[in-house]
Amino acid sequence: MSLSIQNLLSIRDLKKSDIELILKTARNLKEISWRPIKKVPALRGKTILLCFFEPSTRTRTSFEIAAKRLSADTINISTGGSSMEKGESLMDTVRNLEAMQPDLVVVRHASSGVPQMIANWICCPVINAGDGSHEHPTQALLDLMTIEDAMDRGPRGRGPLGHRPSGHRPKRSVAGLSVVIVGDILHSRVARSNIWLLKMMGAKVAVAGPATMIPTEIRAWGVPIYNDLKEVIPMADVLMMLRIQRERGDESLFPSLREYARYFGLNCETFSGAKPSVVIMHPGPVNRGVEIAPEIADGAHSVILDQVTNGVAIRMALLYLMCGGKEKNQKLF
Amino acid sequence: MRLAITGGLVVDPSQKLSGSYTVLIEDGQIAGLVKDHKFPKGKGLTDYEIMDVKGATLCPGFIDLHTHLREPGFEYREDIASGTRAAAAGGFTTICCMANTNPVNDNGQVTEFILKQAKAKGLVHVLPVGAVSQGLKGKGLAAIGEMVSAGVVAVSDDGEPVMNGALMRHAMEYTKGFGIPVISHAEDKDLSQGGLMHEGEVSVRLGLKGIPAAAEETMIHRDILLARLTGCHLHVAHLSSRGGVDLVRQAKKMGIPVTCEVTPHHLLLTDEACAGFNPHAKVKPPLRSEVDRNSLLQGLCDGTIDAIATDHAPHSLDEKMTAFDEANFGMVGLETALPLLLKLVESRKLKLGEMVRLLTSGPATVLNLKKGSLKKGWPADLCIFDPKSPVTIDSSKFHSKGRNTPFEGFRLNGKILYTIVEGRKIFPFSTLNR
Repeated sequence: MSLSIQNLLSIRDLKKSDIELILKTARNLKEISWRPIKKVPALRGKTILLCFFEPSTRTRTSFEIAAKRLSADTINISTGGSSMEKGESLMDTVRNLEAMQPDLVVVRHASSGVPQMIANWICCPVINAGDGSHEHPTQALLDLMTIEDAMDRGPRGRGPLGHRPSGHRPKRSVAGLSVVIVGDILHSRVARSNIWLLKMMGAKVAVAGPATMIPTEIRAWGVPIYNDLKEVIPMADVLMMLRIQRERGDESLFPSLREYARYFGLNCETFSGAKPSVVIMHPGPVNRGVEIAPEIADGAHSVILDQVTNGVAIRMALLYLMCGGKEKNQKLF
Repeated sequence: MRLAITGGLVVDPSQKLSGSYTVLIEDGQIAGLVKDHKFPKGKGLTDYEIMDVKGATLCPGFIDLHTHLREPGFEYREDIASGTRAAAAGGFTTICCMANTNPVNDNGQVTEFILKQAKAKGLVHVLPVGAVSQGLKGKGLAAIGEMVSAGVVAVSDDGEPVMNGALMRHAMEYTKGFGIPVISHAEDKDLSQGGLMHEGEVSVRLGLKGIPAAAEETMIHRDILLARLTGCHLHVAHLSSRGGVDLVRQAKKMGIPVTCEVTPHHLLLTDEACAGFNPHAKVKPPLRSEVDRNSLLQGLCDGTIDAIATDHAPHSLDEKMTAFDEANFGMVGLETALPLLLKLVESRKLKLGEMVRLLTSGPATVLNLKKGSLKKGWPADLCIFDPKSPVTIDSSKFHSKGRNTPFEGFRLNGKILYTIVEGRKIFPFSTLNR
């Protein structure tokens, strides 16, 4: 089996069979991270460019660790310290990088659509690691994996060593689950990718937050909109809290962080109506005390760190599948 | 110099003519039309150079109210020579060039420079549009009187909307005395701040910041109210929204002196053209929804819209082939207008005669020009085209320096055969003016 896509630019390009293959591969590869020697030779001799034209800790490290655990060589490119600081155009930078024969390019950019444009300009596969407010497909895939795992074992939170992976396929799927995405939907690439992915996999997705941050057009996607958090929390199996993107600098979207936290953040009061089995997620970085109270972010319902752990596995799977991984190489790990 | 163009179908909405006529031209002016090519006995065409255009359609040369020629200052995008060649290749014999050059056309010297360049290097008539405010900065008034004396036909801060209502009021009061219209690029800059495309389902899907239709509608409404207050002729540029059409229609009913134009791209495309992050579909005002597009077509048919204008906006490819949010707004239009509009004729959205009117006598009336008609004694500016001839849009063949078109590869019908300015064949280009 192989993926039906050459580039991963948007969740909308994926078929259900692709998603199943990515998750199956991720579950097989996840165990490598628990070995004493966390490295297999699957991508030995492959060169992966990590072009992070926007600041990132989690996603960048996750991709780099994923590549290195598969023995690929990784090169980090960022705007600062690159020739783009000298005024080189994006197209020239990317074409010059491609002339050095990388096997795969990972792109993070503050502008929506840049990975798509780069994929049009170059021949080697491109993975979108988050573009503007457009999509963050790898985040949605790791979120799906985390939800499936949490449904399978119940939301107990994680122990100090994390969950040692078993490699088995969870019995429960996300079909029929109610997932509520809360916060700045307007600017969130995580929300868009998750809406497409979770709906494709049969979940019921709703969004909640202040009306200034929720474009009404998403009703056309079959996603109901709630402006009152108390109304929607009791029906959620999964609550996905989004980060308030203060760097966007749009000051007229809500009055103050204090007011946001009171009406649209997950705090002890709003959380009191939630199902006992509810799973709490956050793509990070967390603004503690704004969109989520610290005791809930660190509490028993939270799978925030499982998301990060699964991120490495999902990215290992994608690099493996998109960078020349073939079924017959299965023995390499 | 006497020229007889015979064998063609003449469409001249200014005289409500449509039929077989021979067009006689003398000394750069229309000398007359002869029905069915039948000449009175003894008055043959012996003294004329004969041009047989059997099967072609003849009409007055197209007039574009909205072109960016980029000279002075941005000659790498376009200059007066290349822009007027593109115009001639597209059937346009008169084009109005906007003031957002460098230096800005906000004083008589710049107007004179543009007209001097046009006389020396231009192939078609160039009518400059002056700025409303000094340097398009929206503060003090530009030297409107001086520019009118030098030859501007209207004033506009196109590209930079006049946000200050009091300045717009004073511009309209002042300009009215000089007998020319104020052209409004209707956009509330606060509402459109950071916007990249039409605000709707597509912008939400792509994660691109939207420009709501309200950004255009609020400004059209303001400017209509100021036209009523001042009595100045307001011309609304590149109408894009349903609300905008409704406001102009209502204003006309109330007798407010307002006219408006629409571009071929807003008539042909919707915001779906931005899917795939195609920077060539990035334009202001943005390509809007199908509902808006249909309202614009409705406005063409019911007479609300006075003219079709291209908003020809050449950019270098480097300014376009970059991240969508960094790419410049605008697209070229002079060389694609006819086949695009003929597509609307083919799909029965627009009658051929109406299309010609909106490209000829329509815009001429907006600016009160003695152009856009084949009446005897009027300038012999003509466009001769074959509406059936298939064309494939190929930007590498454009005469404009701009290659930025969202219509690349479109298979359409409609080819310009000849463009004639004051009785001279200027297109196809001879080796002399190449």
